[in-house]
Amino acid sequence: MSKYRGDKSAVAALVRETEVHRDLYIDPELFELEMRHLFVNTWNYVGHDSQVPHEGDYFSTAIGTQPLIMVRSDDGAVRVFYNRCPHKGTRLTEGSGNTGRFFRCPYHAWSFRTDGSLLAVPLRAEYENTGFENSVAVRGMTQVAHVHNYRGFVFAKLGTVGPGFEEFFGASLSSLDNMIDRSPVGRLEVAGGVLRYRHDCNWKMLVENQTDTMHPMIVHESSAGTAVAVWKSAPAGTAKPMAVEIYAPFMSSYDFFQKMGIRVWQHGHGHTGVSHSIHSDYSAVPGYAEQMAQAYGAERAQAILGENRHNTVYYPNVMIKGPIQLLRIFRPLAVDRTLVESWTFRLVGAPDLLLERTCMYNRLVNAPTSVVGHDDLEMYRRQQEGLACDGNEWLNLQRLYAPDEIRRNDDVTTGTSERLMRDHFRAWAHFMTMSM
Amino acid sequence: MAAPSDRELSDFVLGEARLLDEQRFEEWLDLFTDDAHYWMPLEWGQTDPRHTASLMYEDRLLLKIRVERLKGSRTYSQKPRSRCHHLLQVPRVERRDEAANLYETWTPMHYVESRGDRQDFYAAWTTHHLVAVDGRIKIRLKRVDLVNCDAAFGNIQLFM
Ligand code: FES
Ligand SMILES: [Fe+2]
Repeated sequence: MSKYRGDKSAVAALVRETEVHRDLYIDPELFELEMRHLFVNTWNYVGHDSQVPHEGDYFSTAIGTQPLIMVRSDDGAVRVFYNRCPHKGTRLTEGSGNTGRFFRCPYHAWSFRTDGSLLAVPLRAEYENTGFENSVAVRGMTQVAHVHNYRGFVFAKLGTVGPGFEEFFGASLSSLDNMIDRSPVGRLEVAGGVLRYRHDCNWKMLVENQTDTMHPMIVHESSAGTAVAVWKSAPAGTAKPMAVEIYAPFMSSYDFFQKMGIRVWQHGHGHTGVSHSIHSDYSAVPGYAEQMAQAYGAERAQAILGENRHNTVYYPNVMIKGPIQLLRIFRPLAVDRTLVESWTFRLVGAPDLLLERTCMYNRLVNAPTSVVGHDDLEMYRRQQEGLACDGNEWLNLQRLYAPDEIRRNDDVTTGTSERLMRDHFRAWAHFMTMSM
Repeated sequence: MAAPSDRELSDFVLGEARLLDEQRFEEWLDLFTDDAHYWMPLEWGQTDPRHTASLMYEDRLLLKIRVERLKGSRTYSQKPRSRCHHLLQVPRVERRDEAANLYETWTPMHYVESRGDRQDFYAAWTTHHLVAVDGRIKIRLKRVDLVNCDAAFGNIQLFM
């Protein structure tokens, strides 16, 4: 029997002001509804245009569980298509590459121009007088209607309901801006490879954790705490290695995290690290500040580099780290399975040492071999298992709750507040039910 | 030390794996030179460990952090603890450069890591760059190339 399908109010009732129901994490039917509503009504990142620099370049990607293709068409535009042949559904591409002037389906060799239109069908005469011209198939590949390329970051919205790009993101684009502006020429390129890490838990646990400032000093005592302890035993005068600069701030105090602040925007977007963050005290990279000052002028350069936003969440399932040039996607695979992709970027025109630090951060923190990752995944796994028990059906999100908070948008809160998580679930209920 | 024989180099590599299987991590760590790296590439045939991500590219400090962490009372991802099993083909000496004090071995292997009810299987080729220091063989580089290096993985918590 269906508990939630076709019952908008039952779905809405799962999110209370300060509590959320466990079914959001464990109910397969809700997962299916998320794929059909949440990931359809929101704008989602599909890729970066530096992955498809030339005409015919394509990149196989997804929104939710929908396979997509991002392609650079012959007219230079980046388009996004459902990754499916209109004939009998065969997925057209795998990975990335260049398809030339057309896509060719590997099954029966129908071909499509890079704008998606049908180019040729073998023995086409056999479709004459069949009404083929009125079929769905003759229209070619199905294009995703809403695509927006924001300074290289390509987003798409699958559905027709839901807000436009500007309305959906609002002022939150300032975090992307800051990441991009860190390049002296204002451009990023995907570089360094992608780390892919399988998680046996619901995707939302990972999203919440990005701005969970009450866990690092507890959960990462095992990794970052050990790093600090081991580093203390190094002979006096040893230069602090980059790896210790990366690990040590995870052990910062409650006070540090309280004071860093969290900024919340509409629709569940927000970021930690308003005044400072765990990325504030990295050693200067020789020559970089000078390059930036030359490119932007001293004052503007300082403003760009002075932002040390920690994690910015673009709801539903993307997180970026501007100061590290890193983007993570928490890809939902099933109600209890998530694939985490951690992508990194080169700041075009900046010293290579920055990319080296970015790659080091990624492997120390986001790899399947990362001790920080092991710490976090253990908690998600236990959470996923714990939620199956019937002791209590609700998760509590009450820290620093104020009944009038919903009226305060673009607000800055104490860095340990669970406000942003409450906003995630407000957004969840909103985008889930708007098309029901 | 006199230049190590092929047999000594091969025995060293087999012995290294045994230390890991027996969880004698401190002794294992002691096999590495001070400037050593343990490298597990992310890309097939990867040449650059710095500007491309790797699964691991760790110096002794980072390896020591891992070894210490495994012992921590609040290391919950090790409750219960992981165990590992190496199945090695006989290591082949690929290169001997006595003048430069550098010896390279190549060893195909199967590696199993288990924790609780879960067990994961990996296949890899291991390359060791070995040197003779004060009468002992030591590791300057251990490179582990997984056959599926670019796959999505779950936790890998111990050392291959
Ligand atoms: S399924 Fe693509 S051509 Fe037949
Ligand atoms: Fe964490």
